[in-house]
Amino acid sequence: MIETRPTPDIAAAPPADPPATPRPSLPVRATESGAASALPPRVALSARKFNLYYGTNQALRAVSLELPAHSVSAIIGPSGCGKSTLLRSFNRMNDLIPGVRTEGVVQVGDVNVFAPATDVVELRRRVGMVFQRPNPFPKSIFENVAFGLRLLGLRNRGEIEARVERSLLQAALWTEVRDRLERPALQLSGGQQQRLCIARCLAVEPDVVLMDEPASALDPTATARIEELILELKARYTIVVVTHNMQQAARVSDRTAFMLNGELIEIGETRALFTRPGKKLTEDYITGRFG
Amino acid sequence: MSGTLAMPPSAVPAGARATRTRLGAADQAYRALLASLATAVFVVVAVIVFELARGAGPSIHAFGWGFLTGTDWDPVAEKFGALPYLYGTLMSSFLALLIALPLGIGTAVYLSEIAPARVGSVLAFVVELLASIPSIVFGIWGVFVLAPFLRGAIEPWLIAHLGFLPLFRGFPFGLGMLNAALVLAIMIIPTLVTISREVLRAMPRTLREAALALGSTRAEAIAVTLDAARPGILGAVILALGRALGETMAVTMVIGNSNRISLSLLAPGATLASLVANEFTEATGKLYLSALIEIALVLFGITIVVNAVARLLVLWATGGRRDVAGAA
Amino acid sequence: MSRVRPEDLRPLRLGGPSPARRAVDRASVVAAHLAALLVLVPVALIVWHLLAHGLAGINLDFFLHMPAPVGEAGGGMANAIVGTLMLVGIAAAIAVPVGVGAGLFLAEHGGGRFATLVRYTADVLSGVPSIVVGVATYGLVVVPMGRFSALAGGIALAILMLPVIVRSTEEVVRLVPQSYRQAALALGAPHWKVVQQVVLPAASAGIATASLLALSRAAGETAPLLFTALGNRFWSTALDQPIASLPVFIFDYARAPYADWNRQAWAGALVLLTLVALVSGLLRATTRRIVR
Repeated sequence: MIETRPTPDIAAAPPADPPATPRPSLPVRATESGAASALPPRVALSARKFNLYYGTNQALRAVSLELPAHSVSAIIGPSGCGKSTLLRSFNRMNDLIPGVRTEGVVQVGDVNVFAPATDVVELRRRVGMVFQRPNPFPKSIFENVAFGLRLLGLRNRGEIEARVERSLLQAALWTEVRDRLERPALQLSGGQQQRLCIARCLAVEPDVVLMDEPASALDPTATARIEELILELKARYTIVVVTHNMQQAARVSDRTAFMLNGELIEIGETRALFTRPGKKLTEDYITGRFG
Repeated sequence: MSGTLAMPPSAVPAGARATRTRLGAADQAYRALLASLATAVFVVVAVIVFELARGAGPSIHAFGWGFLTGTDWDPVAEKFGALPYLYGTLMSSFLALLIALPLGIGTAVYLSEIAPARVGSVLAFVVELLASIPSIVFGIWGVFVLAPFLRGAIEPWLIAHLGFLPLFRGFPFGLGMLNAALVLAIMIIPTLVTISREVLRAMPRTLREAALALGSTRAEAIAVTLDAARPGILGAVILALGRALGETMAVTMVIGNSNRISLSLLAPGATLASLVANEFTEATGKLYLSALIEIALVLFGITIVVNAVARLLVLWATGGRRDVAGAA
Repeated sequence: MSRVRPEDLRPLRLGGPSPARRAVDRASVVAAHLAALLVLVPVALIVWHLLAHGLAGINLDFFLHMPAPVGEAGGGMANAIVGTLMLVGIAAAIAVPVGVGAGLFLAEHGGGRFATLVRYTADVLSGVPSIVVGVATYGLVVVPMGRFSALAGGIALAILMLPVIVRSTEEVVRLVPQSYRQAALALGAPHWKVVQQVVLPAASAGIATASLLALSRAAGETAPLLFTALGNRFWSTALDQPIASLPVFIFDYARAPYADWNRQAWAGALVLLTLVALVSGLLRATTRRIVR
């Protein structure tokens, strides 16, 4: 049985490093009725009997799950079980593969992801993604974070600078790069590049952040920083992390889903899943009998 | 960088040395044979440079740098200047590039980012077919098909509507700078398409994915890839320019062969290559022949420099992969 | 430019990409399609006109007869076809052994500075305009010999083909699996025998393909022949005499003031393109299947 450290309370989220500047207060967002609320909208993810085919090969089989808002959900399973495929379905990155077909429903908040009327471009802005290998653009650090903002039509240099600074603060990278924003992003270390990619993703104010094995290409120190970051971000975003590292899933997530051969075997509160798994398959995987 | 393993000192025995099989006598002889064949490449280039320099000697001696700025080409008076032909070469090539650039890069983008697989391979085949058409075939098409079309339809329209510009002043001959630029453009499109496409393919997929995941439209994601591929595409452009500069037969047949520099696209002109093609076998007199050889030498120099720059760019942009650079 | 404080930022008001972005996206995709279409147009036009003007002139006479005297109708290009075959044959006899040898050297011993220089020089050579090669060959061969000749033409074409054969041979030989070499070495064969008797045969198909491709390209070259092989209205297969060739035939007949000759030029162009395109197309298709 894996020992899990108690997952931190959602309410208490102290930042690990003492910030040089005071933390920005939460942005005020107007709801439909015009009243201002203190927290960003709560966007949950769900799938109902979702099937996905690559040509004739079925990659996801009747997956149904609910991932709550403002929490961290982990998806674990052996290679090829479909966890990345499921993750990429939430922002329709699977569309890039020719011959992909889907059945069933996937929802982000109240948006039906695969409905013909859904605007993919806007969906992808709202559902951000961090990839396995850090992939900053071959531009400066500043331009990387500003990329999404420029896409959205922001022209005011002062506003762009402020948003870039805020995103880098949220990604816990600001203090390390504040003096060299014009330098090429590719000169940063692997861990820094990944935090830059997170900052870039946060700059466009998504509701959801999907992370596909975000720390697997990084060394242990960088991994630990990413994990800290995930815990900080959960106050504002709904986060889904795909990982092959069970200890990592146990450390950062509130809920964990276990997949095998394209099927969702079991999903539940993380501590419970790891200490008292309901299904035998889950227990076999967790104890290392396969995968 | 952290992470390198330090070998414990006891793992490597004290007297150990790197082993390498030494080649036997027969092996060395064989290797020497191959090496000597390889030197043939140097010999050939050296011979070309030598022959050009030797043949051009009298002309260089007679005219010096003035050769490049002189505008008279008078075999009778034995006065030779290359400027009209330099102008013709550069003008026709740059015009061709201007026309071919949007078409070539647009097609490369289409092939590498948009086209479905089967359409893409058909189009790629057609582009290769275009690349294999000999220059003389373009020439004959340019003379008998394109020239009448320009003379009858396009040039009168240009003169009527845009004739106030010096660019479009003159008579509709059909043959001339415009025809040459169009034919050259068609001839260099395959170079642009093939190399740009390979450069784009060398760009990591994650670049496009990162842009799309941030909420880019398809065009915006392609723009990111193109931006990252800029050095390589620049290399492709310069290589295409190099091709255009050296092109002979098609241009000779359609450019009209006049040694006057004219700003008008409708006027006939001549290039370094067309001059040599037309007059070399008719050249009487040592100085005349030497001047023509010097023309060839100038052309040689220009294309060498342009191609060298281009290859460096393509090599740099594709990360030194020779198979891509070799496609040039 | 006022400094905005991060704390003061209001949330981004959004609802999907702006109409301008959508329009740019649509226009870009349309433009890319248009570019591809426009590239198809010249190919279609050239092939169409070749067939329209050239087919009429293709008959058995065209292939079997000699050119008719000036002013008379009819005649053929038999001497040009034979001439092209001879020139290409001479070029191959020179360029293939040298090119394959150089390519082998680069593939097997290609690490050092000498090899890098050879590669660079081959690249430089491939960028030299064909007419410049013709001029250089004039000085090298025609002047000492005192006459234009098929030999000179063959040498010029060989120079053009050399870099292509060197580069392709190196690529093809590199593709030969290391396991073949290691198996032979493990059996105790000396290095040179491994190359000569194992690597070279394994690479021979690819080398033959690449050489044929280079040959077909050379067959279509006109400029280097203009002052080396010159051209010949009569039958000749002598190495030391001027010789007719298909591209020069087309060039001369296209520029002539006789409509009948112009028609024959079209026919010749059709034949030339068919040969070149057929050979290139077939070879590239088979190579792709071997290599990929």
